[in-house]
Amino acid sequence: MRTLLRETIERLLADAVTPDLLRAAETGVWPTDLWAEIEALGLPFAAVPEDLGGTGASWTDIFVVVRACGAAAAPVPLPEAILANSLLAAAGLEPPESGVIVFSSGSADAPISDVPWGRHAQWLALHDAPAGRIALHSLDGAHVTPENNVAGEPRDTITLGTGSRIADAATSTGTDAILLGGAMLRSAQMAGALGRLTELTADYANERVQFGRPIGKFQAVQQQLAVLATQAAAAVAASEAAFLMARPTADFLTTASAKAVSGEAAGKGAGIAHAVFGAIGFTHEHSLHFLTRRLWAWRAEYGTDAFWAERLGQTLATAGDDGLWPLVTSAFAESTIHD
Amino acid sequence: MNLFDQFGPPILPSGLEPLRKEVRAFAAEWTPTSTPEKRALSWMGFDAGFSRSLGAKGWLGLSIPRQYGGHDASPFDRFVVNEELLAAGAPVTAHWIADRQSAPLILRHGTEAQKQRYLPAICAGELYFCIGMSEPASGSDLASVRTKADRQTDGSWLLNGRKVWTTNADRCQAMIALVRTDPASERHAGLSQIIVDLTLPGVMIRPIKDLSGHEHFNEVTFDDVRLDADALIGVEGDGWAQATSELAFERSGPERFLSAMTLFRCLVGAVGPTPDAHQAMEIGRLAAWLISLRSMSISVTAQLASGQDPVWAASCVKDLGTGYEQDTVEVAMRLIDSLPPGDQATTTRRVLAIVQSMAPSFSLRGGTREILRGILARGLGVR
Repeated sequence: MRTLLRETIERLLADAVTPDLLRAAETGVWPTDLWAEIEALGLPFAAVPEDLGGTGASWTDIFVVVRACGAAAAPVPLPEAILANSLLAAAGLEPPESGVIVFSSGSADAPISDVPWGRHAQWLALHDAPAGRIALHSLDGAHVTPENNVAGEPRDTITLGTGSRIADAATSTGTDAILLGGAMLRSAQMAGALGRLTELTADYANERVQFGRPIGKFQAVQQQLAVLATQAAAAVAASEAAFLMARPTADFLTTASAKAVSGEAAGKGAGIAHAVFGAIGFTHEHSLHFLTRRLWAWRAEYGTDAFWAERLGQTLATAGDDGLWPLVTSAFAESTIHD
Repeated sequence: MNLFDQFGPPILPSGLEPLRKEVRAFAAEWTPTSTPEKRALSWMGFDAGFSRSLGAKGWLGLSIPRQYGGHDASPFDRFVVNEELLAAGAPVTAHWIADRQSAPLILRHGTEAQKQRYLPAICAGELYFCIGMSEPASGSDLASVRTKADRQTDGSWLLNGRKVWTTNADRCQAMIALVRTDPASERHAGLSQIIVDLTLPGVMIRPIKDLSGHEHFNEVTFDDVRLDADALIGVEGDGWAQATSELAFERSGPERFLSAMTLFRCLVGAVGPTPDAHQAMEIGRLAAWLISLRSMSISVTAQLASGQDPVWAASCVKDLGTGYEQDTVEVAMRLIDSLPPGDQATTTRRVLAIVQSMAPSFSLRGGTREILRGILARGLGVR
């Protein structure tokens, strides 16, 4: 399943997500064809159980999809749709058959801020944590105040229209489900973007000639590239662990670790890539910023590295010195997990 | 190289929980007999009695076949035993190199006689090995080693030269040394690995004090040391390939991120149950990296268990892991003035002094950070 998903999504995004498409997306153009292909492949339903019409993939399988979305800087909320549909299905609600669906937390009666891709979405899975309910809302007739993150991705404020609620149900999911789920997705997207950034930066170091040789021949540049690669690898491994432990909702220890590590790696990695690319990478014309600005944006969303580190620290302090190591080893259960 | 193929899901196989519990309980029983300052030495702590008791428990030579005194267990069993002992700060240095490197090397390249001679004693925690790699003029540039073993007409070897920075040479019975067996050779060719009985005449071992006054490493001089013909391990001239083939085992284990664990543990205890935001963020950040490094290490162990040779990923673990260990010292420095006064703060200060004094070596031993990063860059296709 994982191999198939990986090949499918990587091929699709490699063909579809061009610099022109990314530039157009930033001016507000919705990539209709790309989303249609994504729906045709059933990808938004990857985490929905088979008896509810989904693929029934594990989050370990889905990891490669979310990572690929990050690597390609895909200007579509596929990660959001996968999680939104899975949250609905877990509460016994039927996900809508088609149309862009995203998620948020909050009350239906108040403006909801930072809704990813809100202006392009038809559906919203809304988790009302204090009420312990999750609802499917139609965004027809919703009032949208457009906002963007630093990467130019829509993060809108939405006021739902009257009668927007299509269905709702009690949910046993934790009060932090959206925060944790969002953090898990963003950590994998950052891992993907960092992996791609490593590749692009290494390629550029082999091509760009200064002082009569490729700059990759200089040890100063090699050492920086190695640091970029290790940070990328840490983000990949940390987010992989979070997806492994999402059974089926995001797990605190591994997700907090993944978001903290990936966020820190995003800061360091983007900095190194810009250092190696020099002035050309700082231009709007060059494609580098499609990845680096997303790394900055995703680092800030659903809790920064500092936010999650502090939460982890509070948990650690409660466990105490004798509880530290048992807590660390409890992060991955020792059992055979299907792959 | 595709970076995404280097690390898979960190899946620990089922069935390890009883072993983990047993080792954890064993370490907990040992802990009161020790002090935080001793535990701070991590895998530089020497206690032959402790090593023998591990051998008696069946926790050494786990991956070695039963016929040689081992236990036919998986790399995961070894991972669990070692991470539990390291997390507890147990004194494991006596057997560490023999268990990690020498035994697998002898099993892979040794003759039947060599296996029978050395492996059972290693598995019992009674026979300790050191590694003779660096020389006064050969540090990072290992291929320049000049210590030579000349084959005599009767098949024996005459060993001359000098090894340096050899951890525990003064407390080990044997060394596996990388030496030049072809006097006309240069660089990577003409090197071989030999087993040196350190009690032989002509072997001189001089401890070298480190900056804190500890004597962990040594200078070992060979002056016409006569070795039997069967001192050669593996194939004559294949020393370089043999010595580098086990690097993934050496670079990705839990000792590459748990060297400062006693300090981390002290910090968690000393900030107490109600840390302020800054304290919580600092210890939480360390935990995030620890959990993630452990994930990487488990992933590499899984690749080793399935017969792959994940050298790039292992180098990655070592570079990040040793950086994390050194960062623990930085975090401690940032927190030390804010710790609530009391015994735990006092102990933390003492442990910090010990770990801080060892920390520079974390990214020197087993291949320097800069050499590792060169390897990583080459893997990326630059160089």
